[in-house]
Amino acid sequence: MCRPGRDDCLYIYPLYPPHPGTVAKRIVVLGGGTGGTLVANRLRRMLDRDAAEIVVIDADDEHVYQPGLLFMPFGKAGPGSLTRPRHRQFRSGVAFRQAAVDRVDLDQNEVLLAGGTRVGYDVLVIATGARLVPEETEGLTGPGWMENVFTFYTLDGAVALRRALAEFTGGRLAVAVMDMPVKCPVAPLEFCFLADSYFRERGIRNKVELTYITPLDGAFTKPVCNRELSGLLEDKGVSLVTEFNTGEVDGAGGRLISFDGREAGFDLAVVIPLHGGQDYVSRSPGLGDALGFVPTDQWTLQSRVRPNVFVIGDAADIPTSKAGSVAHFAGGVVARNIAWYLAGEPLDAAFDGHTNCFIESGSGKALLIDFNYETEPLTGRFPGLVGLPLLRQSRLNHLGKLAFGWLYWHVLLPGREIPAVRSRMPAAGKHLPPR
Amino acid sequence: MSTVTYAGTEVTVNDEGFFADPQQWLEEMAPMIARQEGIPELTERHWQVIKFMRHEYETKGTGPTVRVLGKTSGVPVKELYQLFPRGPAKVAAKIAGIPKPRGCI
Repeated sequence: MCRPGRDDCLYIYPLYPPHPGTVAKRIVVLGGGTGGTLVANRLRRMLDRDAAEIVVIDADDEHVYQPGLLFMPFGKAGPGSLTRPRHRQFRSGVAFRQAAVDRVDLDQNEVLLAGGTRVGYDVLVIATGARLVPEETEGLTGPGWMENVFTFYTLDGAVALRRALAEFTGGRLAVAVMDMPVKCPVAPLEFCFLADSYFRERGIRNKVELTYITPLDGAFTKPVCNRELSGLLEDKGVSLVTEFNTGEVDGAGGRLISFDGREAGFDLAVVIPLHGGQDYVSRSPGLGDALGFVPTDQWTLQSRVRPNVFVIGDAADIPTSKAGSVAHFAGGVVARNIAWYLAGEPLDAAFDGHTNCFIESGSGKALLIDFNYETEPLTGRFPGLVGLPLLRQSRLNHLGKLAFGWLYWHVLLPGREIPAVRSRMPAAGKHLPPR
Repeated sequence: MSTVTYAGTEVTVNDEGFFADPQQWLEEMAPMIARQEGIPELTERHWQVIKFMRHEYETKGTGPTVRVLGKTSGVPVKELYQLFPRGPAKVAAKIAGIPKPRGCI
């Protein structure tokens, strides 16, 4: 039996009926990316238009399908196919305003836009994600940047890297993560697997020395998954360098130098720059932590800075991967809790940290991992006893990853549920360890 | 879990040598833990980091990562590595008697 709004019931949500004579509340969503778009659309479906006005603010009108960036360097996706206008992704009744945010005044419940306009709010949703800060690593944006040192984490970077890879005829290719947290922590590993396939197809794999360099003490943080992915790197002849905290990138000299003085040479480097929150978060007194992420309750997704501020996606400091699937699974909880907050009801501590990622392993295959705060990625099947194989390479998973592009625009962003996929992590189908 | 004796007091540590109960930590234990980690003498700068780690743990429930430490402790990352060559966040946390900083996934 579902309790309306409390459980994962499809299409059963509480309406927030205004008392006669009350003024509509204003919900301001900062950021029109994955989390901001899907939460705005969910809220619009849940809340009567007389009860709440929903405004999304973003600095630009270009929504990038970020999972597609991984494929671009290998010529398997074009830049035009990954972007759509942000304003077209919202349901009717969601207002989109293109403006840069200068800062948030938490005491006045106001967002200050660049240019001085103030936008008041009853509830604020921070959904502005994470920002790349390559300039924080010494030398990274110096000589060699976009010449022999690239990143595929931006559209421009992925396009430039495509040209560089096409011209690469052999040598040392280093894939290096500067430090955690980064968006989609499996993407750099996927890049290695796809690079292996790519060079094989070009017939020059034996001329390319592939190395994966990470600050972590293994390919991945969780033991079962780490074992699987380390094995896959080995199978594909990718060297693994661990606990390498890059302190300096010497593009001209083709060297990564760690803080503890180790060096890794390269002819072509693909780096995942440091990540931080958005600048306006750091400019807003009391809003962000040292890295610009917003302190957030990991179960309710209400911020710990003010009760009327909620956070969705990469902007939160919660201990999940920074990934679109997290924003998707959190979307229902955030929207419901905002409705409960406006209704003066207690919030639901319902988010379990559910994360789900396809990991491309090359040659038309992929792995799938599914986990949450408590359960590490395990083998088995998803979403139940019958389903996609977990932590095992299969063609089915690769097809799943490709199909996900369509689901993203047509199901995820509109804030709908993916059939058979619930927001809480399913235990059925997983090979759970004995308790 | 196992038991070790620092400064004449028995404490419980996990398999990696981090304190199971940060309440058991006393300042006089720090030099001995530091020596085990290859740091012969704790300078004032070491202490600045150790005290900062404990303060962060007490207020936030987890020790900071190296990057956060570099931004907030008043000791830049390069110097942190000079002070704690085997990894500032992990080693300073161990010497400060707090759990291994929660990494990011």
